[in-house]
Amino acid sequence: MSGTTAFWYTSRATGIVSLLLLTAVLVLGILVNRQGRLPGLPRFAVTSLHRNLSLLAVAFIAVHVLTAVLDKYVSIPVSAGVIPFASGYERFWLGLGAISFDLMLAMIITSLLRGRLNRTLWRAVHLLAYASWPVALAHSIGSSKDLQHGWMLGLGIACALIVAIAIIWRLAHAARQVPRAARVATAMARHLPAAGSHHPRERISR
Amino acid sequence: MTTLTDPSGPAMTATSVRAPAGLPRLLPQVPGVPEDLRAHVARHGRPPYRGGRGQLIQSVEAAGLTGRGGAAFPTHRKLAIVAAARGRTVIVANAAESEPASRKDALLLRVAPHLVLDGIQLTAEAIGASEAHLYLHPGTGHAIRQALAERHAAGVDWLAVTVTEAPPRFLAGQESALVNRLGGGPALPTFVPPRVTERGLGGAPTLVQNVETLAHIALIARYGPRWFRELGTAREPGTMLTTVHQPDGQTQVIEAEIGAPLRTLVSGSAGPGARAVLIGGFHGTWLPAAVAATLTLDNQALDRHGAALGAGVIAALPADRCGLAEAARVTRYLAAESAGQCGPCLNGLPAIAGALAELAAPGPRRGTRQNAERWAGLVTGRGACGHPDGTVRFVRSALTVFAEEISRHERGLCAATSRKPFLPLPDGMPTTEDDWT
Amino acid sequence: MADILRVNPINCSGHGVCAELLPELISLDEWGYPIVDRRPVPPDLDPEVRRTVAACPTLALKLMRQ
Repeated sequence: MSGTTAFWYTSRATGIVSLLLLTAVLVLGILVNRQGRLPGLPRFAVTSLHRNLSLLAVAFIAVHVLTAVLDKYVSIPVSAGVIPFASGYERFWLGLGAISFDLMLAMIITSLLRGRLNRTLWRAVHLLAYASWPVALAHSIGSSKDLQHGWMLGLGIACALIVAIAIIWRLAHAARQVPRAARVATAMARHLPAAGSHHPRERISR
Repeated sequence: MTTLTDPSGPAMTATSVRAPAGLPRLLPQVPGVPEDLRAHVARHGRPPYRGGRGQLIQSVEAAGLTGRGGAAFPTHRKLAIVAAARGRTVIVANAAESEPASRKDALLLRVAPHLVLDGIQLTAEAIGASEAHLYLHPGTGHAIRQALAERHAAGVDWLAVTVTEAPPRFLAGQESALVNRLGGGPALPTFVPPRVTERGLGGAPTLVQNVETLAHIALIARYGPRWFRELGTAREPGTMLTTVHQPDGQTQVIEAEIGAPLRTLVSGSAGPGARAVLIGGFHGTWLPAAVAATLTLDNQALDRHGAALGAGVIAALPADRCGLAEAARVTRYLAAESAGQCGPCLNGLPAIAGALAELAAPGPRRGTRQNAERWAGLVTGRGACGHPDGTVRFVRSALTVFAEEISRHERGLCAATSRKPFLPLPDGMPTTEDDWT
Repeated sequence: MADILRVNPINCSGHGVCAELLPELISLDEWGYPIVDRRPVPPDLDPEVRRTVAACPTLALKLMRQ
């Protein structure tokens, strides 16, 4: 359903930008975990960008939601931004958006309070990123016809591919990773011959 | 000897028992014969409970008892910290004895279990513990469970003791690793702060005490601090159990007065029997035999040579062995026993072990010793626990004491005439998570 | 009174962000792990120190009293 008001256009535009930002944030998050580098940039650039872009994404999403609410053509309550399925208009697809946004808010709040939280809890919430992003993509595709054709469709596919590749890369590393208990054995093998005599093998003389 | 008045008053005993004069104190009168509950009570009487928190601690302070598990921390201070805590507290008797060269805790539990078990009960009362654990060396559970059953039948204990066996890991007896294990996880150390005396098992302040220390407490509770100070030095009073590896290959557990000359413990240490003496176990210090022969069994004397008693292991390496080969074997073991949690330890210890293995084999080695020194400097103080630091202490002292051997090896020679390993080492290396539980 | 900088080596994964942000007090060893200056933090470096502590991806860096 396309309206002609500035609010509606702004909502759609900020929606697309948010999707791009979230794609970048997820990829950067994986890069941080893998200690990857962005060419030409220092290490702290990766962590900084990951955090800053996530905050920027939230800002864009806030505008995206508010402009959709303010647009008079359809009736969307402001609560629909965070309460899933609170909107009469496109209840399901907008509901997905709220779910995705709720997960993001949980991730950001736990990250801001990270020092006070149990590490396992922080990590578990942060892993919700892998749920939040696909839900955001589904919301993008379903809630307006924009991503269903033309260059926006291409953009959506490109984002999905990038995320898929990043996740595969992450999983491949997890599969290869040596568990803690075996890490020492690996380090030992690197520096010492396996088993065998601990004593000089050569001729002994005074 | 210092004279002190015992501020805690006479111990309350049902029968009057005479304080043991001289040695032995911990070990039974007849060597090697375990004291069952009847024999124990006949010799020492029933445990003299004070009837409240904190009362025994003054006696322990006056006695000047320090921990016998390796760190030699003033025992009363540890007790006071936990006793002062509000809420639930836990006591753990540490008999993991994860040091392969140490045998004293195993022996103590075998021949004088009731002294240790008394110590647990009396100390638990003093700190107001509501939970007691005994953490055992793997495979030693049976006899002690019988002793506990005996006491339960006789109504001697006020607090039930949960017995858990430690995994056969070098770090299993480390305070935070022990607490993790008792909490159901693997025996891996954690970062400190908070110390286990602040937050330990189940979040409660936990007192972890070596079993020998608890046995001493059980005696102090009966005979008082003045009696305790009759033996030992003014600064380090009392007796201690030592595990002595004699040059002829025999291993003995000897209860000795602190301050006794080392040469009275080691047979033939002054002669050609020993080349070097390792004091303090695998995290201890090598000293040339000639130097060791002049020293006494106390930290004040040993400290001047950079050594410490630790858990009382003394190993006199026979002159016909290669010190570098021994050091290389032990370092390899220590590296393999790293928890693998901290980058510097995980990377540095195997590298150091590799360097020692190179130095132990004859042949020119360019830069190996320098590498070992560099890595030693890199790992010190950079782990979550004391494992890298202890290992470096061992390695550095070996490189110093066996410097002549290093030069000889570089020229392709070795003065050793025997390849027989001397220091005891367990087989195998931990590779799975189960190896730590 | 003074603050000291410490790293929890169990949580540290050797990212190296700290050494980039605070070269005055932190350098990396040959395996990529931080070597932290143990002396009290100079007061004029305080803002950089706090920024670096916040930047650690695993929150392994800690500013501690005494």
